[in-house]
Amino acid sequence: MTQSVVVQVGQCGNQVGCRFWDLALREHAHVNKKGIYDEALSSFFQNVDPRRSDGAGGGAPGSRISALRARAVLVDMEEGVLSEVLQGPLRQLFSSTQLISDVSGSGNNWAVGHHSYGGVYGEQIVEQVRRAAEHCDCLQCFFIIHSMGGGTGSGLGTRVLKLLEDEFPDVCRLVTAVYPSAEDDVITSPYNSVLAMRELTEHADCVLPVENQSLVDIVSKIQHMAHSGKPGSVIKKDCTIISGQGGVSRTEKPFDAMNNIVANLLLNITSSARFEGSLNVDLNEIAMNLVPFPRLHYLVSSLTPLYTLADVNIPTRRLDQMFTDAFSKDHQLMRADPKHSLYLACALMLRGNVQLSDLRRNIERLRPALSFVQWNNEGWKTGLCSVPPVGHSHSLLALANNTCVKSSFTELRERFVKIYRKKAHLHHYLGVDGMEVGGFNEALSSLSTLIDEYSQLDSTRTAPTQDPPRLNIAT
Amino acid sequence: MSVVTVQLGQCGNQVGPELLSTLCDDSGGAGRGPYSELSRERFFWEDSRGMLVARSVLVDMEPKVISQAVAKASKSGKWRYWEKAHFCQKQGSGNNWANGYCVHGPRHEEAVEDLVRREVERCDRLSGIFAVMSVAGGTGSGVGTFITQCLRDVYPNSFIVNHLTWPYGTGEVIVQNYNSVLTLSRLYQLSDALVVHENDTVHKICSRLMNIKHISVDDINKVIAHQLGSMLQPAYTADSPTHYSRNPIGELLSSLVCHPEYKLLSLCNIPQMSQTSLAYSTYTWPGLLKHLRQMLIANARMEEGIDWKVSVLPSGGERAQTRRMGFNRSLSNLLILRGKDVSSADAGAFKDPALYVSWVPPDDTFSSWTSPVPFNGYEKSATLVSNSQFLLKPLDNIVRKAWNMFVSRAYVHQYTKFGISEEDFLDSFSMLEQIISSYTHL
Repeated sequence: MTQSVVVQVGQCGNQVGCRFWDLALREHAHVNKKGIYDEALSSFFQNVDPRRSDGAGGGAPGSRISALRARAVLVDMEEGVLSEVLQGPLRQLFSSTQLISDVSGSGNNWAVGHHSYGGVYGEQIVEQVRRAAEHCDCLQCFFIIHSMGGGTGSGLGTRVLKLLEDEFPDVCRLVTAVYPSAEDDVITSPYNSVLAMRELTEHADCVLPVENQSLVDIVSKIQHMAHSGKPGSVIKKDCTIISGQGGVSRTEKPFDAMNNIVANLLLNITSSARFEGSLNVDLNEIAMNLVPFPRLHYLVSSLTPLYTLADVNIPTRRLDQMFTDAFSKDHQLMRADPKHSLYLACALMLRGNVQLSDLRRNIERLRPALSFVQWNNEGWKTGLCSVPPVGHSHSLLALANNTCVKSSFTELRERFVKIYRKKAHLHHYLGVDGMEVGGFNEALSSLSTLIDEYSQLDSTRTAPTQDPPRLNIAT
Repeated sequence: MSVVTVQLGQCGNQVGPELLSTLCDDSGGAGRGPYSELSRERFFWEDSRGMLVARSVLVDMEPKVISQAVAKASKSGKWRYWEKAHFCQKQGSGNNWANGYCVHGPRHEEAVEDLVRREVERCDRLSGIFAVMSVAGGTGSGVGTFITQCLRDVYPNSFIVNHLTWPYGTGEVIVQNYNSVLTLSRLYQLSDALVVHENDTVHKICSRLMNIKHISVDDINKVIAHQLGSMLQPAYTADSPTHYSRNPIGELLSSLVCHPEYKLLSLCNIPQMSQTSLAYSTYTWPGLLKHLRQMLIANARMEEGIDWKVSVLPSGGERAQTRRMGFNRSLSNLLILRGKDVSSADAGAFKDPALYVSWVPPDDTFSSWTSPVPFNGYEKSATLVSNSQFLLKPLDNIVRKAWNMFVSRAYVHQYTKFGISEEDFLDSFSMLEQIISSYTHL
């Protein structure tokens, strides 16, 4: 069994991260009734002896749980969120050395996070990651969670990404990046996002972009359903992907619902690496199958079902509906429409009571409505994991490498150009040691190149589909 | 003589235990005397408590599937795996053939060779090594190819046969065609024969013939195990008409693989049906053989939906025309009949020289094996192992799709990262185009 280490940076990263730890505990408690520290738990948690400070001594997989510690490093340059964690119900999951914080924050300035704090705290963060890695039997993946709009998450988060690449070149780096909405109140968020994107494009193995606005839309959709009171559509309370019920945190904070969606995304993407199934998908298979060209590694994700209705019968129709929904615009965690753009590759990761034939039937059913790039007409990767998420009988995570991300990126570029043309707020960045105007131009051209690469692939959609000539054999 | 099975990767470690269960159950019936003894000696040894232990080595780069296989075997209560016969690591090959072949394989070469050596030394006489793997993933295909290469070096004079599961046309692993091309081109130079099952075909058998509504991976593997079992269980051959032949792998190869350029073997088997219908069905040998022959010439992998219009035209001047007519020409065929009144079955229709290429002597084109013992619950069962154009189209599809992808260089960076260059790809492509061309011009 392999292990992963989560590095959560900035306010958003830490809030999402903590929801993840809460829901992960809930999921394991649901499956693992005996209190044994099993292989599945070991993927994200260490078993430690609480009396020892070196984070060891809790026994190998197979022994009883003495105390669980998250394989995580929490970084924020303000104290607020992290001190909340230390006083909150999840405090036992972390030792204070796993938390790295400063007091003054990055002031929504990427350069401060990346260059100033990166220089001061970079080594310390890597040291903590290294310690977490030493406790792993076989470290497979880093999950880096941060937002794109602020200063700490986007700046320091991407700095950590680069440091991890240098330090652990063989370990897969999977970034969950929360993109700001267009009406974001942080005025410099386009700068921060574009500067961070260049780092993501160059140093991540896979990026799961999540747009704030999509999370808002999904939450309101579920809440609308829950309060509509239509007969036959009673939603089981603990069965929505926004619910944290059954976790250790009792009170719900304002962004919890949204953060739970992202936490569920992470739970589902790792489910097949943690639990058994007839078609396992290891984490390193995701990049292998979904990333045809090294820079084009942005995957649009969708989670279905969003909720489970209270009645327990699941007709096949509803199972098929889950597949249909996974491709609909409303269920994407980005405001993008993969169905009407070009697929480079697509992964369907199923959990729970779903058979191979259900999977094949639905692929055949949905395939005609989707357009795939000419050289990857059958670009499906599938996984079946036997353990469903808590409260569901089955679930589906679809990951698409699709040219539809282009629209969000183009929009972001427009917002960047709009303020960059006036050189607005630029001096805040250029006053930071290590930040030069060149950095802005390079980040912009990196993003433009990325958009062009997607456009080029998009343009093959209309090209005649003719097989290239094969090698000839003299007979 | 005994066969050492080597289970490689997730697929190999799922098909392997299914096959061994089938073999063990089938040889366990009452009053089967020498059939049972021979079958058991072939695939199992007995521990001090009289429990059957598989002559198997289990290899995977990831522990979950192996522990399932081991648990499943010991749960059966009839046989088990030897507790030291498996090798696994913690992290899979990530669907990357290059990772399996260039990194994992060489790193664990010695450990796996040791395991195989121990099983080989336990055999009184070794009939051959039967390696079970898929061509699509990373471990089975990449590590599997590397291990086959090592075993070829260590056992230059033993038979090595690979059983390959070919992926569904769509939807398992996106880089499956690359992995398949790299695997097939190398194995073709290493292995004595490649016995192939296509998932798509087996899936159809499950849905149409077995009437399984929700087909699971287990169902697929059961059908594969049934067909392989009927090929590997003891039978009388032309050379030993009164007692069971002792060398299954050797006999198989001498009947079917007469030229190193042609070593793709496919299997079809009739009848196949659900357990419930089995009790109400009767079959006659002439009926079964008539169907099976038509399946052969019409290139149908199951008894439903055979095109009865396809017929064999006499060879000679009309050959160019017959090729267009599309009947499936063979290099050689092996017919295996098991069950009641087997001596009354007449396989004459398979001897028709028009079925075969002209350059193989007629005596070497067709063989038949028989056994009066009913196989795996079927009163009568006929299996055809064929070295023919059966696999031409699926092979051509794999190469076509992989080539399409390669032309745009998609995913190639994932392979160069581990040391497989574009030239390596090109070599593999030209090798497979050569094989396609050879089979096309049969």
